[in-house]
Amino acid sequence: MSNRWVAVLSGGLSHEREVSLRSGRRLSAALRSAGLVVEEWDADRNLLTRLKEHRPDAVVVALHGGEGENGSVQTILELAGVPFVGTDSRACRRAWDKPTAKGELARAGLATPEWAVLPHATFRELGAQPVLDSMVERLGLPLMLKPDQGGSALGAQVVRDAADLPAAMVGCLAYGNTVLAERYVEGVEVAVAVVDGPDGPHALPPVEIVPENGVYDYTARYTAGLTDFHAPARLDEKAAQAVGELAVAAHRLLGLRDVSRTDAIVAADGTVYFLEVNVSPGLTETSLLPMAVEAAGESLGEIYAGLVERAVAR
Amino acid sequence: MTASEIRALFAVASRPEVVSLAGGMPHLAALPLDSLSAEVADVIATDGLVALQYGSAHGLPELREQICEVMALEGINAHPDDVVVTVGSQMGLDMVTRIFCDPGDVVLAEGPSYVGALGSFAAYQAQVVHVGMDADGLVPEALREAIASVHRAGRRIKFLYTIPNFHNPAGVTLAVQRRAEVLDICRTHGILVVEDNPYGLLGFDGTTYPALRASDPDNVVYLGSFSKTFAAGLRVGWVLAPHAVREKLVLAAESATLCPPTLNQLIVSRYLSTHDWKGQIKTYREAYRERRDAAISSLEQHMPLGSTWNKPNGGFYVWVTVPEGIDTKAMLPRAITQRVAYASGTGFYADGLGSRQLRISYCYPTPERIREGVRRLANVIKDEIELHETFGPTVGRAVSGPHSPSPDTA
Repeated sequence: MSNRWVAVLSGGLSHEREVSLRSGRRLSAALRSAGLVVEEWDADRNLLTRLKEHRPDAVVVALHGGEGENGSVQTILELAGVPFVGTDSRACRRAWDKPTAKGELARAGLATPEWAVLPHATFRELGAQPVLDSMVERLGLPLMLKPDQGGSALGAQVVRDAADLPAAMVGCLAYGNTVLAERYVEGVEVAVAVVDGPDGPHALPPVEIVPENGVYDYTARYTAGLTDFHAPARLDEKAAQAVGELAVAAHRLLGLRDVSRTDAIVAADGTVYFLEVNVSPGLTETSLLPMAVEAAGESLGEIYAGLVERAVAR
Repeated sequence: MTASEIRALFAVASRPEVVSLAGGMPHLAALPLDSLSAEVADVIATDGLVALQYGSAHGLPELREQICEVMALEGINAHPDDVVVTVGSQMGLDMVTRIFCDPGDVVLAEGPSYVGALGSFAAYQAQVVHVGMDADGLVPEALREAIASVHRAGRRIKFLYTIPNFHNPAGVTLAVQRRAEVLDICRTHGILVVEDNPYGLLGFDGTTYPALRASDPDNVVYLGSFSKTFAAGLRVGWVLAPHAVREKLVLAAESATLCPPTLNQLIVSRYLSTHDWKGQIKTYREAYRERRDAAISSLEQHMPLGSTWNKPNGGFYVWVTVPEGIDTKAMLPRAITQRVAYASGTGFYADGLGSRQLRISYCYPTPERIREGVRRLANVIKDEIELHETFGPTVGRAVSGPHSPSPDTA
């Protein structure tokens, strides 16, 4: 049992505030049952003052989206000199921007669905329809549209009919100025958590995601019962090993620290495609990391208590 | 965008960085908390064994008498026996729907209408048919047409649900000369009128309109509330109903909650008898008028061409129509990113309309914050216009489930 005292940061101002608050509550309870003293803090304007006045042994970032994952909060923690669980600010920036992360992995020879990234300005200047047409020509249909940054599938849509593209673009661009369009890969959707240990990063059992309506969107993610999960995933040994290796490779290549979650698709031909990585995986009742932890026969509190010790020792 | 996605976006509305024009929380800062706390302590000290005990489902007799005095301001002459105290008027609405509606029955309601009412109607599988409004409220001719069209389809209309004064969300008031006509149409067709009147005493020029119930006691069920005139958190409202309906309501209330909270009823009753509640309402009115003025003048100053809105003479809300092609629901994430929240229009319709509309609530933020919020909102709309110039007009997808803010949204 540890007697560390930690501050769990959750909430924040991103679109994922609600999810983060749920993650923070659940993580705090898990850490308390592992014997730690925990305070839950919103990431607000009092953050620096609180850090200076209260000096926790470590901070655990349970923020999702925006400043909690793009490296901003991590930079503040680094400036304040407070140990924290999670990826450092520089690697956060790399992982947070989906096209950057995809690019890094593709360069290393890993598979990721073919993609195109375009800001609103390009569509405006060249005319939307010709650009959309060439996107469809190159990447085919269905297309996966996502904001280039952000999580919880907010703004993400599968577009099956080219006629729906303009509306989907408008929906997606409400979340940011740039769209990531990906070739849609059919297959088994999995999430693989990676945790750093004394022997380096290791993958937890993959979790298979089977959304009731076929799309793992925001509602399917956070409404109990709308998605079937299989932990461990129903993959053969070879595929299970491959997804684990992909997740560890992503964790290493992007310089991630302590914990991450990689989302991937196993196509019918066995190819494992990297989709995106999360430096601050969701920890809610319906989130994937806690399922993976359970499938591994471990406890969320013990894992994070271990990560707190690693952070303090850094 | 899905319903839960929209709900989640409102989570940031409580943060001070965000100007929330989304919620409907009343402005409570004007309440005399010191004298109130003394009275509440005294209620417990002198009446504690009553306050903490079960009461009747009908409600405390002395409070029901006081409620009749409140309603007298709107020309209602009622007997306390016909008043049923409820856990907010929302419970009254829920019970009225439960008593009258079978699955598939039609409820007529203004379009747009109060989200909480649409939720109750949906819960009992009643089908809402909207009736158009103009600057003078519900349009009688549209009401006749709606009735005829429902009857042609062989459907049964159970009641007309209407918010005659300072409508939520439309902000308009049913013109006095239309009131008799609306009542007459409903009576002729054997359609009950459910009059929801939480804002009636909040007219900015001091005008209190005659309640529909005042001129048609036999065909109107009246819903009243202390949420906007005193304290929403106490959840004390009431239903005034014709005798036969009232008996059913008491039985329904008994099965739902046994009785409304006795302590809260005693607090309201004590407040009404010891405080200048009419003066307090006047204070509220002035605060809301100042906020309305801030909202309207900022809209005039900032909104892009092609936007329209009404100027409410009371209540909490301005109903804004944005330039053509813009879907206020799809725009919401952009607004949250720019730190302003509003309620998009589709939540106020049962039939998918309202994508070009949004509701601004000016009840809770200070006038300065309202001005800042409207300025941000105007910028959001301008950015969205740019997006639509790029991609052309798009049609938003219908969303099922609650996609308006929860009651505790700032």
